[in-house]
Amino acid sequence: MKYVLLATVLSLASLALALEGQFGIHDPSTVVMCEGKYYTYGTGGTSLVSDDGWTWRSGVRPSRSGMAPDLIHIGDRYYMYIARNVGAQPKAEINMIWSKSLDPNSPDYKWEEGGLVASSDGIEDCNAIDPGAFLDPTDGRLWLTYGSYFGYIRLVELDPKTGKRLNPNDQPRDIAINCEASDMMYHDGWYYLLATHGSCCRGSDSGYHIRCGRARKVTGPFLDAMGVDMIEGGGKLLIGAGGRFVGAGHFGLLDLGEGVQKFSMHWEADFDRGGASVLDMRPLLWKDGWPVAGENAKEGVYEIESVRTGTALELGVEGVPVGGRRSGRGGGAGAGRGGQGAPGGRGGMGGGMFGGQGSPIPTQDVAEVSAKWPAGKVDARMSNYMCQAQQKWAITAVPNAGGYPGSPYFKITIAGTDRALAASEDAELAILPAFTGGPEQLWRFDQLADGSWRIMPKAIPNSKTLLALSAVGSSFATLAKFDSASDKQRWLLKTP
Amino acid sequence: MSMLRHLLFSAPAVLAGTALVAIAADGGQARGPAPSLTAPATRSKAPGADGFIQRWLLLEPIPANGLTDSVVQAAVQKEYFPNQFSVIAKDGDKVTVGDKELTWHAVETKNYNVNLYHFAYALNRPTSDVLFWAVAIVNCPREVPNVRLAIGSNAASVWWVNGQEVTGIYGDRQTVIDDGVSKRLTLKKGANVVRAAIVNGGGATDFCARFLDAEDKPLTGYTVTLAAATK
Repeated sequence: MKYVLLATVLSLASLALALEGQFGIHDPSTVVMCEGKYYTYGTGGTSLVSDDGWTWRSGVRPSRSGMAPDLIHIGDRYYMYIARNVGAQPKAEINMIWSKSLDPNSPDYKWEEGGLVASSDGIEDCNAIDPGAFLDPTDGRLWLTYGSYFGYIRLVELDPKTGKRLNPNDQPRDIAINCEASDMMYHDGWYYLLATHGSCCRGSDSGYHIRCGRARKVTGPFLDAMGVDMIEGGGKLLIGAGGRFVGAGHFGLLDLGEGVQKFSMHWEADFDRGGASVLDMRPLLWKDGWPVAGENAKEGVYEIESVRTGTALELGVEGVPVGGRRSGRGGGAGAGRGGQGAPGGRGGMGGGMFGGQGSPIPTQDVAEVSAKWPAGKVDARMSNYMCQAQQKWAITAVPNAGGYPGSPYFKITIAGTDRALAASEDAELAILPAFTGGPEQLWRFDQLADGSWRIMPKAIPNSKTLLALSAVGSSFATLAKFDSASDKQRWLLKTP
Repeated sequence: MSMLRHLLFSAPAVLAGTALVAIAADGGQARGPAPSLTAPATRSKAPGADGFIQRWLLLEPIPANGLTDSVVQAAVQKEYFPNQFSVIAKDGDKVTVGDKELTWHAVETKNYNVNLYHFAYALNRPTSDVLFWAVAIVNCPREVPNVRLAIGSNAASVWWVNGQEVTGIYGDRQTVIDDGVSKRLTLKKGANVVRAAIVNGGGATDFCARFLDAEDKPLTGYTVTLAAATK
């Protein structure tokens, strides 16, 4: 038995950037923040809570449990919608409970019964499970989608003041078919219906994947990018299996503000956890009016390039051209090239000033060039990317340093060295001779809607202000308040 | 008006505040006016909405070779003339560098940038492999914290504000607005000295400079003079 446990621990320790802690769940609700913590609830009364959105632990079972709950925060209340079978499928109902807090230690934590909000009688073309609550940001109206593979996905309106059905006599609208786990969101004049297609609950054989359609009205029709109505089975893929995961389901939007959006979901099978169903959080990007599943930051070596300036972050030292400096002097800026001979000289490599040196030039060895770098703290700056060692950054997750929704904190070091990017006391940047683990040396990477990255230190010495890496000039980076409308704080991670 | 300035500016041109007329300082052949530069016609000048400092004292070029960080740093740290990091020269002042007598010139640019090629060419001075010293006095009506000096230059340059080196850009490069930017600094009430050394390799050479406020917007509301404002 010991050997089995050891093997499991080793396996988990080597995992790359899945969530940390206890995050096994099936059919998770939308992740909602309450008093600085993140909460989600799943089928069977599962409850997960996290202080930072990265490390999760088991929470307290709510007063009512069932299938695939969804959670929404409106005013001073948290409404939870929970489904249950009340006979043979598709006979089901969705009930609501509410509380003023999700924190069991809060005096406001008390789940109150809110009653039935939707049901299916077992005969009609609907299975009233998998609720998804949506508050329309344009008019404050509250809606609930629900349904599964027995017929239609349906939409009913709720009262945002009570969370209850606004008019129980209103006929539910059919808005999609052949899917489940629906939810909605609004973006730039469009309503998006997200729904899970494929089979669930079969481990690594689960074909679950999330698709979407969009409409100008909350009531639809929801068409996919090819114009196929979701009520006829349409849906543009948002996310399916990939990497070490299979079975993406139960979309939930987590809008962190300032243009940073993520979504929660579960994987039916995480190969690295024996095929268990687990929670995940991914960046939500947008392209041509359609949501795109982004990627959480991955460890690796990158050029960090400013979207604003096109220049690359670097250690502020004198660069050495790859392959060494040429002898003599080439044409300078504005000097022109007149009279310097034809490219290639005698026709190819090894001749003339454009003919190269006649043999491949190896990648620059940081150990070679770094011998001349100052030993102590060095300023950061930016420059045109020239494939040089002081411009290549290793981004490495830092164990046990916490994180943020979907990702751990990373250190950013010059590749091949321990020289670490840090926030300095004057809210500028410095590159320290070695990484020591301080919060000013820990960085979060949030992928933005266009696929670029917001890069922020966990903390700035003697400051509680959150600032982001910012290109204030072509050759200089600093820390500044994030402005989602500007390119100054947008960065590209390019493979060097 | 200094004798040298008299040589450099035709009387009608000065009175009209128009382009510099180039006559070799050593009495050589005239090359015509520097098209982008004029002689300052007023005591002070406020920056425009884009915040660029358009009035400068420029020293005639000093020979210099190399644009890498270390070479440029060595070049600017070398002492060419007494008090080179603190002197506030006047138009027409002379310094001796090596065996050459060089003159400070007050100029005002019509553009966002100062075209050093125009400046040196008009003076029949070399434009390649040279170092230019430039000084401006920024007069602030009040202390202004959290500003940044933002510069661009062709080619390398090193910059000081009130005697402190605040930014430098190196290598063979063209002038880009807000290329090198300093860390946050405070402009004191009254006169602040902005000093630069611009090193050119070959071809065109120019620079631009302005201050950015705490929101990275161009700083205005100050004046530029070429000697410290009297109390």
